[in-house]
Amino acid sequence: MDLLDILLEPLSYDFMVRAIVTTALAAVVCAVLSCWLVLIGWSLMGDAVSHAVLPGVVLAYIVGAPFALGALVFALIAVTLIGVVRNTSRVKEDAAIGIVFSTLFALGLVLISVTPSQTDLNHIIFGNLLGVSIPDLIQVLVLGVVAFAILILKRRDLTLYAFDPTHAHAIGLSPKRLGALLLGLLALTSVVALQTVGVVLVVAMLIIPGATAYLLTDRFNRMLVIAPVVSAVCSIAGIYLSYYLDTASGAMVVLTQGVVFAAVYLFSPRQGLIGTRLAKARRRKAAVLAV
Amino acid sequence: MSTPAILVENVTVHYGEVLALDSASLTLGAARICGLIGMNGSGKSTLFKVIMGMIKPDAGRVLIGGQSPSKARKEGGIGYVPQSEDVDWQFPLSVGDVVMMGRYGHQGFTRRPSKADKAAVDEALDRVELGEYAGRQIGQLSGGQKKRAFVARGIAQGATMMLLDEPFAGVDKRSEATITRLLQELASDGCTILISTHDLHALPELCDEAVLLMRRVLMHGAPELVLQPENLAMAFGLDVLNRPLPQHGAPGGHGHKDPAASADAAPAKNRG
Repeated sequence: MDLLDILLEPLSYDFMVRAIVTTALAAVVCAVLSCWLVLIGWSLMGDAVSHAVLPGVVLAYIVGAPFALGALVFALIAVTLIGVVRNTSRVKEDAAIGIVFSTLFALGLVLISVTPSQTDLNHIIFGNLLGVSIPDLIQVLVLGVVAFAILILKRRDLTLYAFDPTHAHAIGLSPKRLGALLLGLLALTSVVALQTVGVVLVVAMLIIPGATAYLLTDRFNRMLVIAPVVSAVCSIAGIYLSYYLDTASGAMVVLTQGVVFAAVYLFSPRQGLIGTRLAKARRRKAAVLAV
Repeated sequence: MSTPAILVENVTVHYGEVLALDSASLTLGAARICGLIGMNGSGKSTLFKVIMGMIKPDAGRVLIGGQSPSKARKEGGIGYVPQSEDVDWQFPLSVGDVVMMGRYGHQGFTRRPSKADKAAVDEALDRVELGEYAGRQIGQLSGGQKKRAFVARGIAQGATMMLLDEPFAGVDKRSEATITRLLQELASDGCTILISTHDLHALPELCDEAVLLMRRVLMHGAPELVLQPENLAMAFGLDVLNRPLPQHGAPGGHGHKDPAASADAAPAKNRG
């Protein structure tokens, strides 16, 4: 079997095509958002929001509302509760985040356990890449495109917010509103990614690509290109691997992302543990030759 | 009498139970350079935040050029140079990118830079002598260059008032002289400059006036007068007089290092 066959064979199944398209879409949107999350230091927040939307999604399913709406409402509730616990007690922020998101996540699990038609909802937790339906795909497409467009159009404001919120305030912008925008987009993006890797692993898609890109460049604009490209390639590679190795697809996608991060961490010419040493050795050799 | 550039009138601020500013008043004329002196927790950063409108005072009022801080901000009049430790120097932005952020208030919805914006950035960078470093990642600058990059952001912004938080921390002598000259040029162009600093020896050279702050304004006058040891003792505590003078010969230069005096009442940056 040559390489072309390896690439083409899975595509003869419709469900594989849908899986690949959905994953690539989700990977791109999550990766773009992740560039800001890793720079602001909101990784834990990403973890929290992506878990805390679960009860919202379940309730939306029960009443027949769009998943995104339920997710947004619960993202808002989560962020508010975290703020309240942090500001009105001696509990620190990381503890407040941990308490709120795990409780909301548990609430989601409880709701799932009492809701008939459990099969669908369990997929939200671990993802159901291979069972993506056409309506699922359309929802991911619409939400993904909306989130992506807002992120790209407002990228300069969001970067200013991430870098220097005081300056944003000084020139008459509202850091509060920009922060809220970013959180709203985080909630939206979480819904997009739920379909593919599930609630538990969404956070990987929201952190790893940005972190990988950060190790490769000193320019934010380049991060915004590197992160989605790397993430999309990893995700598609992960699906192919899961097809041929017969492993869980969502988990394989995340595993691939992690392996690529590890490789960059070690071999990046700018930041990598081994890469910087190799670059130094090359320079030394060049210097010796020059003499 | 012309409208003062900065008017702070009987401003009181509490953080919970902690009193950060106690009926502080300050009037600063246009195109003046004023040094704000006080130990940690004396309310320097709180005063900055009140002037920028980040904190609403419990009592009193603030006017910038005769108008409310929010209006002054919208017009782009207020430039801010942050303290080094408040900046993420690893952030993947170039010097030019940072200076361009000064133009955002002049730009449209997506902040796409126009030719005029690019020209303003280039001009600001040349003015602070960082033209050749525009493409460098901000963390790759020296301490003094970093400060100048942020001053350039204020210039590109067209700020008529600049607030500088500890601009001489981590800056070598030569850069300090460059920054001093730069700020004086800006003031002679009409920019009002308020500097919060621990670095007392730089003040007489740099400032037209100085303010001693200890939750309220203890003294406001010529730097030579304010820097008299007995006056500094009021703001920094008496023990400062019993210490050997710092090497650069300024009286009571580093009284702020007293651990008992380092309780900073300002809350951490809030990011929701």
